[in-house]
Amino acid sequence: MLEVTGITRRFGGVTALEDVSFTIGQGSITGVIGPNGAGKTTLFNIITGIYSRTSGCVKLEGRDISGLSPERLARLGMVRTFQNIELFSTMSVLENVMVGLHTKSSSGLLACSLKMPWSIVEERRIRESAMQWLEFTGITDLAGDAAGNLPFGKGRLLEIARALAVQPRIILMDEPAAGLNSQETLALARLIEKIRGMGITVVLVEHDMELVMDVCDRIVVLNLGRKLAAGTPREIQENEEVIAAYLGEG
Amino acid sequence: MKRELLKFLLFAVLILAAPLAFKGGYLMNVLVFVGINTMLAVALNLLLGYAGQISLGHAGFFGIGAYLSGILTATYGWNPWLAMPLAALAVGILAGLIGFPILKLKGHYLAMATLGLGIIIYIVFNETVDLTGGPSGFSGIPNLSVGSFVFNNDIRNYYLAWTFALAVVLFSVNLAGSRVGRALRAVHDSEVAARVMGVNARVLKVQVFALSAVISSLAGSLYAHTMTFVSPASFGFNFSVELLTMVVIGGLGSVYGSFLGAALLTLLPELLRGAQDYDIIIYGGLLMIMVMFMPGGLVRGIPDLFRRAAGIRGGAGNA
Repeated sequence: MLEVTGITRRFGGVTALEDVSFTIGQGSITGVIGPNGAGKTTLFNIITGIYSRTSGCVKLEGRDISGLSPERLARLGMVRTFQNIELFSTMSVLENVMVGLHTKSSSGLLACSLKMPWSIVEERRIRESAMQWLEFTGITDLAGDAAGNLPFGKGRLLEIARALAVQPRIILMDEPAAGLNSQETLALARLIEKIRGMGITVVLVEHDMELVMDVCDRIVVLNLGRKLAAGTPREIQENEEVIAAYLGEG
Repeated sequence: MKRELLKFLLFAVLILAAPLAFKGGYLMNVLVFVGINTMLAVALNLLLGYAGQISLGHAGFFGIGAYLSGILTATYGWNPWLAMPLAALAVGILAGLIGFPILKLKGHYLAMATLGLGIIIYIVFNETVDLTGGPSGFSGIPNLSVGSFVFNNDIRNYYLAWTFALAVVLFSVNLAGSRVGRALRAVHDSEVAARVMGVNARVLKVQVFALSAVISSLAGSLYAHTMTFVSPASFGFNFSVELLTMVVIGGLGSVYGSFLGAALLTLLPELLRGAQDYDIIIYGGLLMIMVMFMPGGLVRGIPDLFRRAAGIRGGAGNA
């Protein structure tokens, strides 16, 4: 599904990532973990086209996607969420999800401004489809609220609903449990499993070990910009190098 | 959606009935310019209020529309109805070509680039004396006409200008509530998230920049044909700032707010006849007051005031 080969990224003299490789299977849930500064978010930003890489290659379903822009990747079925929630804060909750349907609609500037019949039909379809994603994530009752006024936990759910509206084949979530209380984290775990149930491959960067061990099939551990280990949650828990890295004995 | 249409119809009826209340007179002439300035403010608002991209050069696009219409009709004898869309097309292409590189810039840098663009256009108007008549202006531009009906007095020009302005308002309201309008606002709120959702922010910004320039050019053509005379002074940096002030005072991201801003700033100089040399100071002061006390513009600030007044009364009742 997703194949990362030899990704290296240098910022000036600092090497943030060095020769990181791993593969992610179709329909799996994979966790990327590691101590602070391990390069997890940099890796996400490179895979999702926000940063450029110094060298290496990313393949999505066999197709080389390294260096493609986020908007191209959205059309190829890859979408992500952000650590600090990037909502369209001046828009309503429903409108946020409607933006997620951008690639699934096509009315242009003139058709929209002139209210051509097909653009009206399309608009109705976008609205209905967006409502379904709000329902899926359980925030239908907030549809009319301003996204900027949502409590953090609901904002997270909205961001996920919006990402799902793109109808991706793979979704990358950057610390989805950050800032959530334990109840919300539990609900998030169920939601992630529900997303996988639809056949969508999930990749998480996460600090919450309980969540990672709970939902992930496989875990990739980064430390100081290198891949330290990869395996099932059990293998990772028993891996001495990983334990050392986390306890700071490396 | 129905509510938007009702709002527009109410607005259109008010606009079309306004001349009955004023019964001609000097004010009619000013109201023609309210119409033209509404087109300009709405155009700039699409760029600034929706897409979040600043332009300090819009007076330039307005000017190119005016001069192209004037020159094609007065010098080359074209039909004005042909000159107008052609000028708009030329301005749209120009804005697209310029927009592609400069809309990569953000914030202050974009402001500086568009400022420079406006100044260059202004200099061209002044220096190409053979074509534009230079600083002393360009005269003899014909009025628009349909058959033998000539738009040559204030009341006729009022309906002419407002037919265009109302069309631009409806067009923009439709756009704002659509898929493309949402994408524009998304780019404004979080460009990176918009791109992750598949919005091609770069192309979208260039599109709206060009659209905004095309509307400004149409307003310029109308201006030229109603005034029959144009000079560079109308298209300088001061006017770009005035347009910006209209948009901010009216309300960023509100089409009807742009009408309020345009109406206020067009009528204000008439009310402040004695203080003419101080107009730029007054605009500056207004802008500061608005940004400090009504950051949402008149269109949101006035209802807020009423609500607050009602709230205070309600509070007193409870006590």
